[in-house]
Amino acid sequence: MTLSRATAPTGSGRLDVVTLRLGQDALAIRAEVLREVLEPVAVTRVPGASEFCAGLVNVRGTIVPLADLRVPLDMPREELGPDARILVLDLPLAGRPAVVGIVADAVHEVTRIEREALQDVPAVGTRWPPQFVEAVAELGGGIVMLPDLPAIFDVHLAGLAGSRHNASGPAPKAEPKPD
Amino acid sequence: MDEETLAIFQAEADSLVESLEAGLLALQDRPGDRALIDQVFRDLHTLKGTGGMFGFTELAGFVHGFESAFESLRSGASLATPSLVAVSLKAHDHIVALLAGEAPQGAETLLAELAAAVSGAVGPDAEPKQDLWEEDLPVLNAPSMAAPPVPPPTQPMPAAAEPVTPQAHPAAPSVQAAAVAAQPATPVARSEGVSAPAGGLIRIAASRLDEMMDRVGELVIAEARLAEIAAQSGLPALVSVTEDIQRLATGMRDAAMSIRMTPLSSITGRFRRLVHDLSAQLGKPIDLAIVGEETELDKTVVEQLAEPLMHLIRNAADHGFEDAETRVRLSKPATGRLTLTARHSGTEVLIELADDGKGLDAARIRAKAIERGLLAPNAEIAPADLLRLIFAPGFSTAEKLTEVSGRGVGMDVVRRTVTDLRGRIDLSSEPGQGTRVTLRLPLTLAIIDGLLVEVGGERFIIPLAAVEEIVELADRTAGSEGSSRLLNIRGRLVPYQALRDLLATPGDPGPFQKVVIVTAGESRMGLVVDRIIGSNQTVIKQLSPLHSGLKTFSGATILGDGSVALILEISGFSVPAKIAFPTESRRAEVPA
Repeated sequence: MTLSRATAPTGSGRLDVVTLRLGQDALAIRAEVLREVLEPVAVTRVPGASEFCAGLVNVRGTIVPLADLRVPLDMPREELGPDARILVLDLPLAGRPAVVGIVADAVHEVTRIEREALQDVPAVGTRWPPQFVEAVAELGGGIVMLPDLPAIFDVHLAGLAGSRHNASGPAPKAEPKPD
Repeated sequence: MDEETLAIFQAEADSLVESLEAGLLALQDRPGDRALIDQVFRDLHTLKGTGGMFGFTELAGFVHGFESAFESLRSGASLATPSLVAVSLKAHDHIVALLAGEAPQGAETLLAELAAAVSGAVGPDAEPKQDLWEEDLPVLNAPSMAAPPVPPPTQPMPAAAEPVTPQAHPAAPSVQAAAVAAQPATPVARSEGVSAPAGGLIRIAASRLDEMMDRVGELVIAEARLAEIAAQSGLPALVSVTEDIQRLATGMRDAAMSIRMTPLSSITGRFRRLVHDLSAQLGKPIDLAIVGEETELDKTVVEQLAEPLMHLIRNAADHGFEDAETRVRLSKPATGRLTLTARHSGTEVLIELADDGKGLDAARIRAKAIERGLLAPNAEIAPADLLRLIFAPGFSTAEKLTEVSGRGVGMDVVRRTVTDLRGRIDLSSEPGQGTRVTLRLPLTLAIIDGLLVEVGGERFIIPLAAVEEIVELADRTAGSEGSSRLLNIRGRLVPYQALRDLLATPGDPGPFQKVVIVTAGESRMGLVVDRIIGSNQTVIKQLSPLHSGLKTFSGATILGDGSVALILEISGFSVPAKIAFPTESRRAEVPA
């Protein structure tokens, strides 16, 4: 997986990221996984699916699941703002390359973060579940958070797999313990 | 020799040995069948020829000896005795090992055994004819041959051109195997396009076929968009040309799809071999009957089915059948009967493996399940659900591991493969009478005819193959209460449910609701929708792993206006009592 290879904020050099706003938070996603940014399109609801990934969109003839990072990141879910966008990302799902979309209230810019500026999320004082945060960094006078996308999707898929194969005994719950 | 040439040789050799094996196995049942003997001989001969041509001298030498032994059989003076077939199969395995680049031992011994088996079958004076490299060619070209002649082994093969003989073609082994293995009543498995005359066959990479399928899918979507525009414009010329394009696209779709369809017979050859070997290994006489080999499934489905079916057969042979003495004591025929049946049923393909062995031991499964903690000691469980526990990972009631089975891995593989193919497994067993495992698989075609319906402003596709009829819902309040009700369809009661309840659709039902009567497996049910939009060609796009666990949808498609619509999986609705969407529990699993 592309993302996990530089999980630890060590090493020198700079990291290309795209910054976005989700609710009140500033997030940064590695630019290398970003395929494109779309204006909001018609979303097809998937009945029975989780809130995290409750819709499908058509991205140039490909059907792409649309995920809402506010669900795993414990953020309040309000209507998306007028500048809302969909970020189309290349992310592995269950070990295979896949395309997923995530929603954002606004997309700002592609920029660079010094690797030295990346810090582990503090154990206390943040409202994000720490297992889903890859790092935080100061950028332009504010704090941006790099969500750990592989972890978020892996945990979600493990949860789905657990609920699917309940014929073979109690499924291992992949649900993380909230701190 | 470059890699490409080597690949051509490998593909060819693989199909030849497969055909050879099928022929040998069939010889067991019909030892005097001339056509069969000729076919085996042809396979050997072509193998020798291509092997020699590509520099596999050891292979060519061995096959030459093999062929010599068969020469006396072909001359008609002898019969294929079981012992000869057994040795021949061993020789076949030796060839497979040689082709795999291994260095198997015992070539001399095998050839000696072959010669002995032949002379035992014929009598001392019929010495195998030696040195057939050149002189048998005229014989092969004799008019009595059933199939076109084999090219002389010395003829250089153009690298790009495809081989012209049926045996040398990758599509052909299945055809040949089917033709040879099928009962005399059905001499050739005439599946369209596959068993065309030899000259009409070409070999295509599967990836190109997939690419073509993608293009056809896009064409169908574009065509739907065009149709919408044409309908809005009202221009007669545009409408007429759109209709033409629609007709052509439908034809394209059907043609492209039929190319992907493969008869089950393409994998049954190895089952015959497996049963033959298991029968010998376990000392239990077992007969395998295959019904409906010509049933066609999508290529990928057929390929994925081979492994689980092997496991099921192995399991039936090892655990299912009593030994011959016990069977006789129970006044059953000494030979166990294993039947593999394939047939279409609505939108599903049913593949059934039935044995007439001792049946599953419910008490032992229960005891084992409790021991493994899968079941509470005093749990009440429906008989069918209890039997289903054999598909749990690592579950085995075998007291001892045998070489054949008992590790409890096989049934788990079966379950996983069938689940991945979005299929289901039914299991029934009668003590003393045998066990029947039914795999229900969706047709999983890339494109289906769909019925586009609307529920609460959202659009869904119902596979048209599952739709029986559409009726008006007379009592318009009836659909909104979530309870399952009954509809009288020409004297038969059909339960119906509101799709808006099943799909947790927001909003109120429309004023003119319709009921779509669908069949799933053996049962019928009605689904209440707000509006029928019409039928269309639906390109199935698989759902990502994020949604593929949902039993109620088989995929999604892109409609003419570019929006996405989900395709309902009717069998996911077939058990009305259990359809509650696990929205709440699912939600709990999302880390929040």
